This record gives sequence, structure tokens and C-alpha cells, in this order.
Amino acid sequence: MVGLNEWLLLSGILFLIGAVGVLTRSNGLILFMSLELMLNAVNLSFVAFSRFTGRMEGHVFVFLVTAVAAAEAAVGLAIFVSLFRLQRSVDVDQLNSMGD
Amino acid sequence: MESGLLWLIPAAPLAAFAVNGGVAAWTSRPGRHAPHGLVHAVACLGPFVSFLVSGWAFLQLRGMPEESRFLSQRLYEWMSSGSLQVDVTLRIDSLSGIMLLFVTGVGTLIHVYSTAYMHGEKGFARYFAYLNLFMFAMLVLVLGDSLPLLFVGWEGVGLCSYLLIGYWYDDPQKASAGKKAFVVNRIGDFGVLLAMFLLFWTMSRAGVPSLRFEDVRAHLDAFTPATATAICLLLFLGATGKSAQIPLFVWLPDAMAGPTPVSALIHAATMVTAGVYLVARLGFLYAMAPLALSIVALVGALTAVVAASIGVAQNDFKKVLAYSTVSQLGYMFVGVGVGAYGAGIFHVFTHAFFKACLFLGSGSVIHALHGEQDIRRMGGLRKVMPVTFWTFVVATLALAGVPPLAGFFSKDAILWEALSRPNAVWPWLPKVLWVLLILGAFMTAFYMWRLVSLAFFGTFRGSKETLDHAHESPFPMAMPLVVLAACSVLVGFFGTPQFLGGSNAFDRWLEPAFSAPHVVGAGPGGNRLEVAVPPPVGEAPLHDAPPAADHALAHSAVTGHAEHSAAQEWAATGAAMLAGLLGLGMGHLFYARRPQLATQWAARAGGLRRTLENKYWVDEAYNVAVVRPIRWVSEGLLWRVVDARIIDGMVNLLGGLAKAFSYVFRFFQSGYVQTYVLVVVLGVLALLWRVID
Amino acid sequence: MERTLFYLFGGLAVLSSLWMVTRRNPLGSALSLVVAFLSLAALYAVLHAHLLFAIQLWVYAGAVMVLVLFVIMLLNLREAEVRPQPLGFGRFAIATVVVAAVGWKTFGILGRTVADLAPIEPSFGTIGAVSELLFTKWVLQFEVVSILLLAVIVAVIALAKRRA
Repeated sequence: MVGLNEWLLLSGILFLIGAVGVLTRSNGLILFMSLELMLNAVNLSFVAFSRFTGRMEGHVFVFLVTAVAAAEAAVGLAIFVSLFRLQRSVDVDQLNSMGD
Repeated sequence: MESGLLWLIPAAPLAAFAVNGGVAAWTSRPGRHAPHGLVHAVACLGPFVSFLVSGWAFLQLRGMPEESRFLSQRLYEWMSSGSLQVDVTLRIDSLSGIMLLFVTGVGTLIHVYSTAYMHGEKGFARYFAYLNLFMFAMLVLVLGDSLPLLFVGWEGVGLCSYLLIGYWYDDPQKASAGKKAFVVNRIGDFGVLLAMFLLFWTMSRAGVPSLRFEDVRAHLDAFTPATATAICLLLFLGATGKSAQIPLFVWLPDAMAGPTPVSALIHAATMVTAGVYLVARLGFLYAMAPLALSIVALVGALTAVVAASIGVAQNDFKKVLAYSTVSQLGYMFVGVGVGAYGAGIFHVFTHAFFKACLFLGSGSVIHALHGEQDIRRMGGLRKVMPVTFWTFVVATLALAGVPPLAGFFSKDAILWEALSRPNAVWPWLPKVLWVLLILGAFMTAFYMWRLVSLAFFGTFRGSKETLDHAHESPFPMAMPLVVLAACSVLVGFFGTPQFLGGSNAFDRWLEPAFSAPHVVGAGPGGNRLEVAVPPPVGEAPLHDAPPAADHALAHSAVTGHAEHSAAQEWAATGAAMLAGLLGLGMGHLFYARRPQLATQWAARAGGLRRTLENKYWVDEAYNVAVVRPIRWVSEGLLWRVVDARIIDGMVNLLGGLAKAFSYVFRFFQSGYVQTYVLVVVLGVLALLWRVID
Repeated sequence: MERTLFYLFGGLAVLSSLWMVTRRNPLGSALSLVVAFLSLAALYAVLHAHLLFAIQLWVYAGAVMVLVLFVIMLLNLREAEVRPQPLGFGRFAIATVVVAAVGWKTFGILGRTVADLAPIEPSFGTIGAVSELLFTKWVLQFEVVSILLLAVIVAVIALAKRRA
């Protein structure tokens, strides 16, 4: 039997991998994909909790998170398209005009 | 005894300073001219009022019994800090009475002289203001009843000396001379300060935290010989600075850069005698330090000879007189150094008159020749300026010690005292002193008559144009010359010694000021009497025998009189006179009769002549040994390293730290999204750290 | 059985995410992410989340990743246009350290409690069960999400429109 701890550990690992990707990559699209990975990891933990408590609220939450993530994907990609039109690349390191 | 009028003595010149100073400040703006009459009148009136009051005070003192012969006036409390209490109290006793008379008298004459000498100079109001201020400071010095008050005057005269030497401040050389005087004096002042601290410390430990002279005098048992010696030597350091003795005499010849009346007043008659006055004033303390006294005498004698030897080779009129002053001051220190305070002060007194006369005479010559000071370009002036010539000759003879002029009595007194008083510390000292002083007397007479010959005899060696413009000086300049010359003739009789039939009034007058409270028997053979004098009534209580006996021992060990006969005194006097006449004769021979002899001898002794001309290269030696190292330290070390690198470095370091810190904080405002995310993650981490466990 | 599936698909998910994070070419990243999503879908199935299994496939693997791939192709991002420098090592190191710290803290609490599987009905995880909650208790959130989707449609069109 796979216990809750294993599921949560898996979810955590996926989350952290996504975090590393967000912190490290300068390509905007890869950054975005890492972010999606993080969201999915959280989804996994919700489903696991739902299974081990027998309550369906977890599934509902995952449903909503998925919807929002999809929406965010759409908007984010649209932004990237605009950005590409501006600077001919999606390198987020070039977006530092708000800083020093 | 209390007197209500003493304040006038320093106040009059101070008021004159205030007025003239105000005028000087007012005229510093262009287009304004100072009113001659007002400035001159105010300037001369100040010292004259002081003279009158001093004369009145002197007469008062004469009418008072010896035990209580003093006048004092307490003005106000100056400082009261812890156990130290110093009041501003003016006090006149026998010693300061004499000092006041000639300081104010000669001072007034010189002020009058200056009105003509400084005529037409720009900024003359400033000159008179400074001169008045000087009088004020000098009078405070003489009238002070405690060492701090004396020191105020001491510093004040030093300041005025600087201001007046550098009067023509546009000339950098003259300004430097003023600075040199001040700096060298300062070194001496350091000694006086240390002495004051040591004195106060010793007095406090004895339970009497006071720096008044009378208090010190009444509590001499508080001082061990070592302490007394230390204090006396430190004070003497100050005296060498102020009175231009070895090793701090180098400023005086340079001080001739100032106007001649300044040289006459400050560097001949008054300020330079302050060192002698200081030693005399604390004579009772010096009596406890025979080693210090011996050092004083020896330094004085050496200075007398060295300075005289330099004077022989100088070609600047005033420089010859300057070295002569240094030399004569040496005589005065020999006088007080062997314990003959009366003789030393007597020479101060007579010297003031004839040296001032000589300096004013030099001013007369320089004024007539429109600034020429090189005696090689003078000559034959006795026909052109007879008054100057005759007064100058009289003063020269007085200086050379020709009887019956004043210098004879005072110089002879010193010579006799130096020879006749045995010395417990260095038994060979009396003979050495006497030989040195005789040598000095010979050289003095020689170089003075050289000066007279080159300037007044023979034919004029300058340009014809200068000679045509030369003329006798006007009345305000000539009158003081005559008065001073007359004094040089007459005042000596105050101190006629007994073996010549006089009563030595001068010495006896000064006794009460010098004697420690003990009894010494009268000397046989008609020598000077020493009278037992208890401390003045109304001051510290009498001391009993046991400490007094120690003092007597110490006193007589240095200054006690051995048995001498009148014949011995005659012989010594004769030798001194001979030395003087020999010097005069040789001077006349070499410079008036056969000048070619002078050039021959000078050529043969080339090395010696160059050494003397270059003043034994003392200034150069000081430059290398003292000035350059100090400059190296202050410029090379302290400035470049400590200031620029270390201190500025620390300040820059602070700036650098701020910059470094900013780099850290700038990280958080980079504009990169990922930086912000990292910060968020770090925040989460922090939260987790707190929450979990 | 469950264990095997867990390790199989869990490992696949982890590996493919690692692959995704470390590729230079975004195309490679995208495709590996698809594999990750598929593995996650399988894991949902193992957890009896029937509806979510399907939604994961349709929405994530099917719609979102297609959109991403579409954009990648549209912008014609090739390896050359990607930043020529390899992954900045410093940045990577810092990120790993920080993230590892978070992980270490978090995983520290694992193993303290043991949760048992709750008993479940056969209707657990079905579309009926989810909808039952979704349209009653959670209907407000449902409606808000739908408004959000509308807003997103408008935003995307506004953003991506070419300026004339």
C-alpha cells in the first residue's frame, strides 16, 4: 500500500523541480512551463488528500485550479507573443527596466 | 600697604592702545587718514602717565620702613578652580619700583622719538597701538604679584614683539623675523609653564596652593633642592628665550628687521630684561638651588663672550648693537647667577639707558641716510650729525665701562661679585667667569669703537647723493638722545660701591626684595652690607630658626662673601678698566687711524672672520637639527601619511562601506522577476522555519 | 499493484520534469512536459480520480500544451535564438540550495503521522460526485471561474491583436 506520505513526497519533489525551473530559466516559455508543473504538483497533493480522507472537496478544488491554470496559460502566452513582437526574443532577463 | 592708584600704571597705556587701535582699525579702509596729532598725543600720554604714577609710588616706597616696603592693589579674582586661586593683584616693592621707573621713563622717551621716526609711515597708528599694548604687557609683567600674572605679561610682550618686528609685514623676510622671534620665545615659555606646574604642585603638597611670590618666599621649606633646581632651570629656559641667551638667542639679531625704536625699547631696555627680572624675582628660590645659579652664571658668561665675538665681525649697524645686547644680558645673568641680584639689576638699569641711547642713535643715523644700515657705506658722519655723534660716543663709553659713566659702576660690580663670591658647586667658576667677562669687556669696547669709527670718523663711503641728503635729526628724536646720554652719565652714581667712597644706595635699596628671612652678618673690609630683614608685615608669618639656618647655609654657600680687602677690589676694577680702554684703543687704531691694518688682519684670519661673520653658523645648525626634522615629521609624516592616508582613508572607508552595503540592497531591486521570486521563496523558507518545529 | 503503478508513473513524472527544466530548446521542454502531464493523469487514475484523469488529459495535455507548442512554433524559436549562454551556474546553484532547504524543512514532517485510506464508495471520483459538490456548495466559485474565462478571452484577444 502506498501511504499518504509517499504521495506527498512525490508531489513535493515535483513542486521543487518546478521551483528550480522558475528561479533559474531565462527563457520565458520554459519559465512558464515550470510554473505549470508547480501547479500540477499541488493538484496531485490535493487528489491524494482527497483519496485518504474520502472527501470530494479535493477534486473540486483541482477542477477549479485546472480551469484557472488554463486561463492563465492563455493570457501568459498572449503576453509572450506581445513581448516577442517588442524585443524579438522571450528572454526575461531583458525585462529589467523597472530595476536599477 | 594697600594703594588705590596702582591700576593706573598699566591702565594708561592700555587705554592708549584702545584709542590708537580703534584709529588703526578705522584707517584700514582706503581713503581714510589717521589724525597725526591725536595718535601721537595719546600714544605718548599713556606711558607718561604711567611714569608719573610710578614716580609717585617710588616716592611712597622711599618713605616706608624696610620691613613693609611694598604697595599692593587687588583688582579682582581671576580664577578659582579647585584649590588654585589666582587674583589679579598689582604689587610694587623695591625691585619692581626700580623696574617701573626706567621702563616707563625710557618707554615715554622712545614713544616721543617714534613720533618723528615713524613720520610718514603707512599704518603708524597701528605701530603706536602695538607699542602701547607692549607697555601694558610689560607693566603687567613687572607688577604681577604671582607667577601666572607675570606670565600673562610675559606672553603679552612676546606677542607685541612679534607684531612689531613684523610691522612691515609686506616684506616676507621681516615677517619671518617676527615669526622666528615668537616661535623661539615659545620654546622658552614652555619651560616657564612647566616650572609653574611644578611650583604649584610642590606648594600644594605643602598645603599652600598658591603661586604668589610672597607665599613661595614664606614657604621655602616645601622645596627640596632637587625640586628647586628643576623649577629654577625650567624658569631659566624661559629666561634664555625671552632674554636671548644661549641656546635661544637666535631671534634677537633677526628682530632688527623691525623699526629701530622697537629695537630700542623692546630688545634693549625692557622686554629682554624680563628674563633677568624673573630670576631676580624668584631669587629666594634660586638661593636653594646652587647648581641652577651656577648654570645661569656660566651660560650668561659664555653668551657674553660668544655674542661679543660675533659682534666684532658684523657689518650691519643694528646687528652689532643687537649682539651687544645679547652680550650685556649675559653679564646681567652672571650677576644674578652668582647671587648678586643687586648688581645684576643695577646693570639692567644702567644698560637700559645707554643701550636705548645707542639704538636711538642708530635710528637717527639710518633715518638720515634714508635706510642705509651697512657701516661699510658710512663714515664721517660726526660733522653732519653732531648731536647724534656726541650722544652716541657718551653711550659707547658708558657701555665700554669707562669711569665715571654708568656702565663702569654696574659692569664693575658684576665683575667683582663674580670673582669674589666662592662657588660651592664648581670651585673653579669664579675665576672662569671673571676671565670670560674681562674678555667680553675687551671685545665689547673693541667692536663698539669699531662701529663709532666706521660710522662717524673718516670719509663717507656711500653715494654722494645720500650724503647730501643726510642731516641731523629733528627735535623729537634728538631730545631723547640727549636725555638718555645724560642718564648714562649720571645714574651710575646710585650704585657707587663703598670702596670708592660711595654708599651703594642701589644695592641697599634692593635688599628687601631679595633676602630670604635669615640673618647674615655684615662683611668686613667695607664690603656690601647685608641686613637681616624679616618678611614684610601683613603677609606670611615669620619662620623660625631651624629652616632659616638651612637657608643661610645654602645662601652663603653660593653667595656668601669671602674675606676680601679693598686693595683686591681696586686691582680687579683696574683690570676691568684696562680691558675696556685697551679695546677702545685697538678699535680706534684699527678703524680710525690705520684701516689697512684691519684689512690685513682680517685677511690673515680669514677662517675665523668667516666663522664670526656667519655667527658660528648657529642658525644653520638649528635649521638642520631642529627645523628640518620637525618639518619632515609634520609634512612628510603627519600630513601625507596620517592625515591623507589614515584619516582620509577612514572617512573614505565609511563611504566605501556605504557603497558596499548598497550593492547588497541593490540586489533586491534588480528588476528581474526571478530575483523577486527568489526572495519570495526565501520568505517562504523563513516562514517554514518558524512554523514547523 | 498500486505500488508498482505509483513508482512507475511517479518516476516517469519526476524524470520528465527534470528533463523539462534542463533543456535548452523549448520544444524539448514542452514535449517532456506533456509526458509529465500524462504520467500525472495516470496517477490520478490510481487515486480513483476518474473525472480528473480525463480533465487532465483534455485540458492540460490536450489544450494547454498544444497552445504552448503552437506559440513555440509561431515564434519560431530555435536554439539559436535562445540565449547562447548555457544555464548560469551560479543562479542554478543558489536556486538548488534554497529549494533544497525548503524541501528539507518540508519533508521533515513526513513520516510523523500515518494516514489510513478512508473507505470510499464506488461513486468516489466520478463525474457525478464532483458535479454534486460543484453545483451546490461550490457553485459560486464555479460561476466566478466562468467569468474569469470570459475575461481571459477578452484579454487574450486584446493582447495578441496586432497594432495597426
